[in-house]
Amino acid sequence: MKSALKAALAGLVTSTAMLSAAWAEDIKVGLLLPYSGVYASLGQDIDDAFALGLETFGADSGATFEVVREDDEVKPPVGLAKTKKLILQDEVDVMVGVVSSGVLGAIRDTVDGAGVPLIVANAGNDEATGEACSPYITRISFSNSQVNRPMGQWLVDQGVKKVFTIAPDYAAGRQMIDAFTAAFTAAGGEVVGQEWPAFQKTQDFGPFLANAKASGADAVYVFFAGGEAISFVKQYDSFGMKAAMPLYGSGFLTSALYVEAQGPAAEGVITALHYVPTLDNPENAAFVEAFKAKTGRIPSEYAVQGYDSARALVEAVKAGATDRTALAAALPKVAFTGPRGELKIDPATNNVVQPIHVYETIAGPGGLTQKVLATLPAEADPVNGCAMPAATN
Amino acid sequence: MTADLGFWVLQTLNALQLSMLLFLLSVGLTVIFGLMHFVNLAHGSLYAFGAYVAATLAGTFGYWGGLLVAPLAVAALGAVLYLTLIRSQRRAGPMAQVLITFGLIFVAVDATRLVWGDLPIGIAVPAILDSQIALLGVEYPAYRLFIIALGLCVLAALTLILTRTQIGAMIRAGVDNDQMAACLGINVERMFFLVFVVGCALAGLAGAVAAPVLSVTPDMGLQILIPTLIVIVIGGLGSLKGAVAGSLIFGFVQTFGAVLLPTLSSVLIYALLAAVLVTRPQGLLPAKG
Repeated sequence: MKSALKAALAGLVTSTAMLSAAWAEDIKVGLLLPYSGVYASLGQDIDDAFALGLETFGADSGATFEVVREDDEVKPPVGLAKTKKLILQDEVDVMVGVVSSGVLGAIRDTVDGAGVPLIVANAGNDEATGEACSPYITRISFSNSQVNRPMGQWLVDQGVKKVFTIAPDYAAGRQMIDAFTAAFTAAGGEVVGQEWPAFQKTQDFGPFLANAKASGADAVYVFFAGGEAISFVKQYDSFGMKAAMPLYGSGFLTSALYVEAQGPAAEGVITALHYVPTLDNPENAAFVEAFKAKTGRIPSEYAVQGYDSARALVEAVKAGATDRTALAAALPKVAFTGPRGELKIDPATNNVVQPIHVYETIAGPGGLTQKVLATLPAEADPVNGCAMPAATN
Repeated sequence: MTADLGFWVLQTLNALQLSMLLFLLSVGLTVIFGLMHFVNLAHGSLYAFGAYVAATLAGTFGYWGGLLVAPLAVAALGAVLYLTLIRSQRRAGPMAQVLITFGLIFVAVDATRLVWGDLPIGIAVPAILDSQIALLGVEYPAYRLFIIALGLCVLAALTLILTRTQIGAMIRAGVDNDQMAACLGINVERMFFLVFVVGCALAGLAGAVAAPVLSVTPDMGLQILIPTLIVIVIGGLGSLKGAVAGSLIFGFVQTFGAVLLPTLSSVLIYALLAAVLVTRPQGLLPAKG
């Protein structure tokens, strides 16, 4: 009697499992983000928005998504260990995340070798979709060059002829400024001086600001992010330089995530980025409203990257891809219009192609806000030595 | 640009401002070190705590309220630390002290993260100091001049206390030979406590003063620790003069190194540190002759 019941139960469980497998494909997603360490708040923004994206778009995909979260602690060796765990132990179908370019560099070979598709939701180093490109790595966020290059021509068009550049001395700082400098000089501008303060060791930018002031430039173009961005913008204002030498830069300088901490010092600073929360389009309005309802925060560029990563994954699944190989092939083919505007993936590099928005930080009724001055057309990055091999396994 | 006098004035002021900030931090640390032979690596965390307290209070009590309360709050935290951890470890030797206070740094970083989150916080410069002052032909932010002035005031007050008062004489005696000082009837224990708490208060003051210029982040204590240690090693352990000399040397080498020799700037100060350690391992102006 007892054994008969057991057998019946077992049969019931098996048939239910088979039934649900036939109805809905289960996609296992490994989300690798910093949940601790200096970028934890960026990781949280991406995580929240990724979940929102799956809720919004995942319902009619015919698949269910199971998310396994791992904390890379912004440390390359930790990121690598967690990647191996996600691939070998959890056997995820697809990986999403990576905020730090250092972590991306560390896990690149493992992801590529295992043939697991990775949707990069932040890390912007040019190499990832350049000489180190992989058919398994699709970047939905941005590349360092991409957000700065269009500002070269735009600044010359605004009548700015001579600039002084300042950026922290590390790979991202160099890539951002070099891309700008190349475009700016090609458009007829002149870079009259450059400063590269030591990364994460410089809290006082006074000495560099004095050099910029004495350089005779029309304007200053910079890249800083996080705490350094806050210190820099405030110190720039405290030296009274904003009036005589307008401050331009890469949009991370005045990111919506921390612009409030800069206060009035950020007013009038003009920067370029792939997303600002005040973009005027229906997709963005819906996104901002849903994100605010879910988290109580205004979405940052990091949030939109998480949201679009989820959307890209869902689009690939809708196109019929459910396993690693099929997803890797389908992801670079996704294209959609999201909060940022029209997005597609460049098949030559697997990097996103997107418009860049020039915005000014202004005082609004509820604090600082972003006024979009221009939307520069989408441009694919040069291939930078990427010879995209075909996916092999 | 280097021929311009204004440029030199501006950079000298920048160097002085950095020196004074480092002085506020290093003077407490060096006297604690010289008097108690205690290595407190968590001194930078106290500075960060001061900055967070000031940033939090600035919203309700204004900047000046924060500046006043932050040193007191940090002193209170210092007192708790002293009574729970520091006192019992005073004779435990440098290795145990370094391990404990190093561990405290990580506890402090994660505790600030839990309470204040990991997004950097910024506070505004008080309105009265939010302008530029013309000085020797250059426009310099008033708030930075205030930092320089505050550092000089603290320096003057400490010099007076250490050289002209009885408590100052007792502290100097304790630094020279704490056992002999105890034999002469000085309550060394109470003096240690006082010096430790005042040192903590100065670190808190430095944090509160730095908050409007720098952004307030969980790892700011860790970032300032190395420069502070370099200052006291160059200057000489335990001496006020050493802390002043070390701070000035660090401030000027760092500032002028960054603008005149940018490629060498991050090495310069370490090269100087190595040179001092090789030629004068006791520091330039140590407390004990």
